Amino acid sequence: MSEKTFEQALQELEQLVKDLESGDVDLSIAVEQYKKGIQLSKYCHDKLTEAEEVIVKLMTEEGLTDFNQ
Amino acid sequence: MGDKRYLTVTALTKYIKYKFDQDAHLKNVLLKGEISNFKHHSRGHFYFTLKDDHAQISAIMFAGNARKIKFRPEDGMNVLVEGYISVYEPGGSYQIYVQSMTEDGVGNLYIAFEQLKEKLQNEGLFDSKHKQPIPRFPRRIGVLTSPTGAAVRDIIHIVNRRYPLAEIIVYPTLVQGEYAKDSIVQQVQKANQDGLVDVIILGRGGGSIEDLWPFNEEIVAYAIFASKIPVISSVGHETDFTISDFVADLRAPTPSGAAEVAVPDKIELLGQLQNLRERLRSSLNIMLKQHKERYNRVFSSYVFGDPQRILENGIRKLDLLDEKLKLLSPKKRIQQLQKDVLDWDRRLYEIERRILSDKKKSFDQYRAKLELLNPLALMKKGYGVMERDGVVITSVSSIQKGDYVSFRLRDGHIESKVVDVRKENENE
Repeated sequence: MSEKTFEQALQELEQLVKDLESGDVDLSIAVEQYKKGIQLSKYCHDKLTEAEEVIVKLMTEEGLTDFNQ
Repeated sequence: MGDKRYLTVTALTKYIKYKFDQDAHLKNVLLKGEISNFKHHSRGHFYFTLKDDHAQISAIMFAGNARKIKFRPEDGMNVLVEGYISVYEPGGSYQIYVQSMTEDGVGNLYIAFEQLKEKLQNEGLFDSKHKQPIPRFPRRIGVLTSPTGAAVRDIIHIVNRRYPLAEIIVYPTLVQGEYAKDSIVQQVQKANQDGLVDVIILGRGGGSIEDLWPFNEEIVAYAIFASKIPVISSVGHETDFTISDFVADLRAPTPSGAAEVAVPDKIELLGQLQNLRERLRSSLNIMLKQHKERYNRVFSSYVFGDPQRILENGIRKLDLLDEKLKLLSPKKRIQQLQKDVLDWDRRLYEIERRILSDKKKSFDQYRAKLELLNPLALMKKGYGVMERDGVVITSVSSIQKGDYVSFRLRDGHIESKVVDVRKENENE
């Protein structure tokens, strides 16, 4: 399976928080969800802070090449 | 000081200027044309170009005269001016020094713009129902602009700062001049064919109305409308509006502005993540607190406040149940059944064991067993068979008193008459 995108992870986290806030889950499940939420938030945080510079490509007639600014 | 036949540039320019200034026709000129490249200098002067289909002339209107006019000159406006023609020596150019200026109806380009806008509006190209949403987290952004312009640099800069997770693919596009409209159409279509990007930023930096005109072309409008990928249009400055802006899914005032609406902000996202973490923590804490309260409530109820009472209740109930059980359960029968079960268990085990060991026994042993079962062998021991009319009798039920039967032994028959028949219990 391919790696989660930032968007997928964030959406999952948002849903999880909503579920947890509704208080409609067992305590044991809630604790599991909490753990998962913390993992997801760390994943998103890392993705955001690890990316240093945007990748820029140029579409030419031969296909993609590096873009020299 | 060199060859006298050669003029200096200054001398030539002064001569040309002299000729212009001497000419009576150029001293007072009434001229009509369309304004372009209009600039309002900070000192109050107007610099612009007057043009028609085939020619153009630079124009300057000094602040003293410029203050007097009753409208705000803009690119694309047709105007009537009065002034004189002279040469600006440092630039080596001739120009018209405008003394007065009035509006000549509405500019042709402006009319064309309004007509096309109305037409496309009637066709529904600007309808909000056709606007596609801009993705919240684009993975790849297609930038359709000149690869050497300021616009692309601005966009890269902003995306870099806000959301470096994204990738940018620059589709080199002509954004001014007569081939620009075709180039724009072609690249919008190519970006759609490639299907690599989640959103398109189409645009360029500021310029005259002529410079921006490709973005007012009908075919460009249709190409943007047909794009399956959402298009953000950002042409010129904040005050410039083009047809592209109206057709696009979103209009941004500048290329930088387009980049800002195309991607989320890293700082905001980090804040959002922090907020989500807090919410996770607090919702779990609330739950834990609720459980603790429930626990406390249960344990502080009267039952737990007076344990002796529930204990007494329980003991009484237990005694009652014990009595009932004694009445209901034949203790001995249960014990017997238990013993039977154990017996059967043991027997089954025996049988199993025997079957397994039997398989190891020799053929001779089997034969000996078969020999035991042979009826002749039994007869040797004194057993016999009773028959009547050649049929073996197996039950007293088929015999009556006075019947004649034949009793066969190992070495012969005994013909007999039945004196009495006594039936015994069938089950035993």
